[in-house]
Amino acid sequence: MAVLNIKVQEVFNEPACDKNQAKGEKERKKGCTKQLVPGAAAGGCAFDGAKIALQPIIDVAHIVHGPIACEGNGWDNRGSKSSGSLLYRTGFTTDISENDIIYGGEKRLYKAIREVIEKYDPPAVFVYQTCVTALIGDEIEAVCKAAKEKFNKPIIPINVPGFVGSKNLGNKLAGEALLDYVIGTEEPETTTPYDINIIGEYNLAGEMWQIKPLLDHLGIRVLACISGDARYHEVASSHRAKAAMMVCSKAMINVARKMEERYAIPFFEGSFYGISDTSDSLRQIAKLLVQRGAPEDLLSRTEILIRREEARAWERLNGYRKRFEGKRVLLITGGVKSWSVVSALQEVGLEIVGTSVKKSTDEDKERVKELMGEDAHMFDDLPPREMYKMLKEARADIMLSGGRSQFVALKAKMPWLDINQERHQAYAGYEGMVTLVQEIDKALYNPIWEQVRKDAPWQ
Amino acid sequence: MAIVSTSKKACTVNPLKMSQPMGGALAFMGLANCMPVLHGSQGCTAFGLVLFVRHFREAIPLQTTAMNEVTTIMGGMDNIEQALLNINKRAQPEIIGLCTTGLTETRSEDIHGDLKLIRQRHPELAKLPIVFVDTPDFKDAFQDGWSKTVARIIEELATKTTEAIPGQVNLLPGSHLTAADIEEIMEMIEAFGLTAVVLPDLSGSLDGHIPEQFTPTTLGGTTVDEVRSMGSSLATLAIGQQMERAALELEMRTGVSYTVFDRLTGLDANDRFLMTLSGLSGRPVPLKYRRQRSQLVDAMLDGHFYFGGKKVAIGAEPDLLWSLGTLMSELGCEIAAAVTTTYSPQLEKMPCAEVLIGDLEDLELRAKDCDLLVTHSHGRQASERLGIPLFRAGLPCFDRLGANHRLSVGYRGTRDLIFQIGNVFLEHSHENAPDSWPLPEANDEPATQAQTV
Repeated sequence: MAVLNIKVQEVFNEPACDKNQAKGEKERKKGCTKQLVPGAAAGGCAFDGAKIALQPIIDVAHIVHGPIACEGNGWDNRGSKSSGSLLYRTGFTTDISENDIIYGGEKRLYKAIREVIEKYDPPAVFVYQTCVTALIGDEIEAVCKAAKEKFNKPIIPINVPGFVGSKNLGNKLAGEALLDYVIGTEEPETTTPYDINIIGEYNLAGEMWQIKPLLDHLGIRVLACISGDARYHEVASSHRAKAAMMVCSKAMINVARKMEERYAIPFFEGSFYGISDTSDSLRQIAKLLVQRGAPEDLLSRTEILIRREEARAWERLNGYRKRFEGKRVLLITGGVKSWSVVSALQEVGLEIVGTSVKKSTDEDKERVKELMGEDAHMFDDLPPREMYKMLKEARADIMLSGGRSQFVALKAKMPWLDINQERHQAYAGYEGMVTLVQEIDKALYNPIWEQVRKDAPWQ
Repeated sequence: MAIVSTSKKACTVNPLKMSQPMGGALAFMGLANCMPVLHGSQGCTAFGLVLFVRHFREAIPLQTTAMNEVTTIMGGMDNIEQALLNINKRAQPEIIGLCTTGLTETRSEDIHGDLKLIRQRHPELAKLPIVFVDTPDFKDAFQDGWSKTVARIIEELATKTTEAIPGQVNLLPGSHLTAADIEEIMEMIEAFGLTAVVLPDLSGSLDGHIPEQFTPTTLGGTTVDEVRSMGSSLATLAIGQQMERAALELEMRTGVSYTVFDRLTGLDANDRFLMTLSGLSGRPVPLKYRRQRSQLVDAMLDGHFYFGGKKVAIGAEPDLLWSLGTLMSELGCEIAAAVTTTYSPQLEKMPCAEVLIGDLEDLELRAKDCDLLVTHSHGRQASERLGIPLFRAGLPCFDRLGANHRLSVGYRGTRDLIFQIGNVFLEHSHENAPDSWPLPEANDEPATQAQTV
C-alpha cells in the first residue's frame, strides 16, 4: 500500500497539466477531484477508471481480483470496439468468498491466472486489485511476479482499489501500470517514419475507424492506440513511435509526458471532435512527423486531404442550417472536449443556451465566453431538479449529455442525445460530425414530441 | 431430482451472478419515496446505477457513503452520519435503506450501534425510518440480498395490531418478478374483492411512468404506512421460495400466517394460487380466469409440438430457474444444463440431473448441443459462439426494450411465455437437407470383400 500511496502522490503532481500546475503545493496533494460528500456523490471509482482505460486492449485477459460486485455487476458494459480478438469482453474474476477473506486470496488469484492461461492462452494477463483484496493485504504484485516466472508470460498488476479515489485517478494509475510494466518491453517488427501513437482514445462505438482512413490515406501508421482496439504487442512496442497525439481529456497525460521523457516521443494535445479540431489534429500530426524526419510533402498532402474532407463534410452539413434555425441546445458534458463541437454546432445554426464547465480550467471558461458571448450560461453544477425545470419550461429544445441525466430530459418530454462514453454512435472526425448533426436532427424532428406532450383528453 | 454442485474453478468466467447489495438496493427501490444507499466506496454504487439504468431505462435513486481508504480502516460511522444528513436534507425521503458491501463487511462494522448514536445526536432524524441490511458482496447473491432486505424492512416496520383490515392480503414478490408480473398478480387478487399490500412494489416505482414532478427519490412503490399495516392483513402470499424468509418474519412479528407459492408460471401453479384466493375471499374463481385457463390449456396443446424433446440450457437465479425450468420441462423439454447463482432448497427438486452453482462459462460448456439458451443479456456472447438462439430472462436485460414489462405469471402470462419461447423454437427449426441422414463413415464392407478376393 505504501508504494501505491507514492504512486498516487506522483500522479497528482503532473507537470504537463496546466490545471494541476496552477495549484499550490498543499492543494495539489489532495489530488484532482474534490473530496467526496457521502450521500451526495456520483461517479465511478479508481478501479472503474483503470478498467475503462485498459480493457480496450482486446487480446488481453483482464482478471478482476475481488468479490463478485466489481466484475459481476458491470462486465461487458462498454462500447469499445474490436477489429480482432473478443477476449477483452470476457469477464474474468476471482469472485472471492468469505474463506478467502479469512485465509487470504493470493492462492486463488494465482490459480485463476493459471486457469485463464491454460484455457485462453492470451499474450498477457492484466490483474486488477480491488478494495476488499487490498484491505485484507493480498499482494497482487507478488502473485503476478510469481505467475510471470512460472508461465513465462507478462502478468501485469494494476493496483487500483476503488477506494483510493475517482475514475480519473484510476485512468492515470492504469497509465502508470503500462509505463512500469508494458511499454518498451517488446519491439515492433518494422518501423516507419510515419509511426504515431494515439493516447487516451478508447475506440468507443468504433470512433478510431472514422479517423484511421484519413491517416491511412496519408500513409500514417498508428503504431499503438492506447488503448482502443489495441493488441498487447502494439502497446508493448509503442516506444518506437515518432510522435504521439494525446486525445483531448487529460486522463492519460502522464503516459504521454513520460513517453516523451523516456523515449523522446513528442506529443501534442488534440481532439477529433468537431471539424476544425480534426483538421488541426491532422496538421499537428503531420508537423510532428516531419520534424522527426518524415518527408516534407506530408504537410501539403495533409492540407489537400483536409480541404477535400472539410468541403465534403460542409456540403452535407449545410443542408441542416435551415432546420436548426432558432433551435436551442443545452450542453452538459465534462467540459474541455466540447469546444470545437460547440463551434461546429453554432456553425450549422444551433444556439447553445447553456453549458457545464465543471471540469474546465479558467482558460476553457474564457473560450466559452468567446464562443457564446458574455451572457453565456455556464453551470458549475446543474442539479437534476434545475435541469428538469429548464427543460420543462422549454428554455432549450434539446439536451446533449451523458446517460446519467438522460431521464431528466425524457421525463420532461424533451429530445435528448447521448454524447458520453456509453453512446452507440461514433462522433469522431469529419464523418462523426456529420453523424452528430444527423442525430440531433433525428431527435429534434422525431414526430413523437407533439403527441407525447399533449395532455390526456380527460385532463 | 438434481444433484446440486458448486463450480470448483478459482476463476469465475463470464459471471452469471450479481452481488447481494444490488438485490438489496433494488428491494428498497420498491418502497415509495425511498433513497437506497450502499455503504461502500463510490464505485459500488456507480456500477449498480449503470446496471439498473441499462435494465430499467429509468433514473435510479441510489446513493453512496463514499468510503475511502482512510475511513475504511478507521470505521465508517462518520460517513454514514454525513450520508444520512445529506440525503435527508437534499432528497427529503420518507425512508432510507442502507445496504452494506464487501468493503465495510470485511472490516465488520457495528451499524446497529452506529445508527443508535447517530439518532441520539440528530433529533431531526427521529421520524425518519432507516433500515439497514448486512449484504456482503463476498457471500450469497442478488436474490439473497433482495429477500434479506424485505425481511429486514418487515422486522423494522411491521407491527402487530389487534385490528384486522378486512380483505387485505400481503403479497411478497421475489426478485425474479417484473413490474408486469406484480400488476398481473394484483389484478388476480383484486378480482376476488381483496386488496393487496405489495412489498416491495416495483410495479409502482420502476414501471416506466412519467411523474408530474422531478423527484430524486423513488417514483412510487409501497409506502411506509402500508408496510406498517401488514400486520392487519388476512394472510401473506409469498411468491418464490426466496420470500419464505420474509413471510416467516412477518408471521413471527404479527401472527399473519403465510403461504409460499414456489412459482406462478404454469397451469398447476396458478390453479393452486386461484383456489387459495377463492378460499381467502369466499368467492368463486371469476369467469375471466376460467376463460384464461382454457386459453392456457390450448396454448400448451399448440405449443407442446415445438417444446417436446428440445434440449435447453438455463442460467438463472434459483427462483427464476425453477419457474422457467419446471414450465419447459412440463412441456416436454429436456433441461440439459442448469446453472444458478446461489443455494436454495428447491434446487434439488429441479427436473434435471445436475444444478451447478457457477457461471456462464459453465453454462456455455454444457450447452454445446442444446437447442436453446435461456439466461440474461450477458448470454449474448455465448449464444453467438455456440450458434444457439438466446431467450433473454432475468436481470440484467440491457439489449432489449421493455424488460420490466415482460409478463410470465398467471394463466395469461404463462400462455404468452409459451408463445414467445415456442416462436424461438419455430424460428430456428431444423430443416431437412439431402445430407441430413448420412450413413456411418465405417469401412465399406462389400469393398473390403472385393479387395480380399
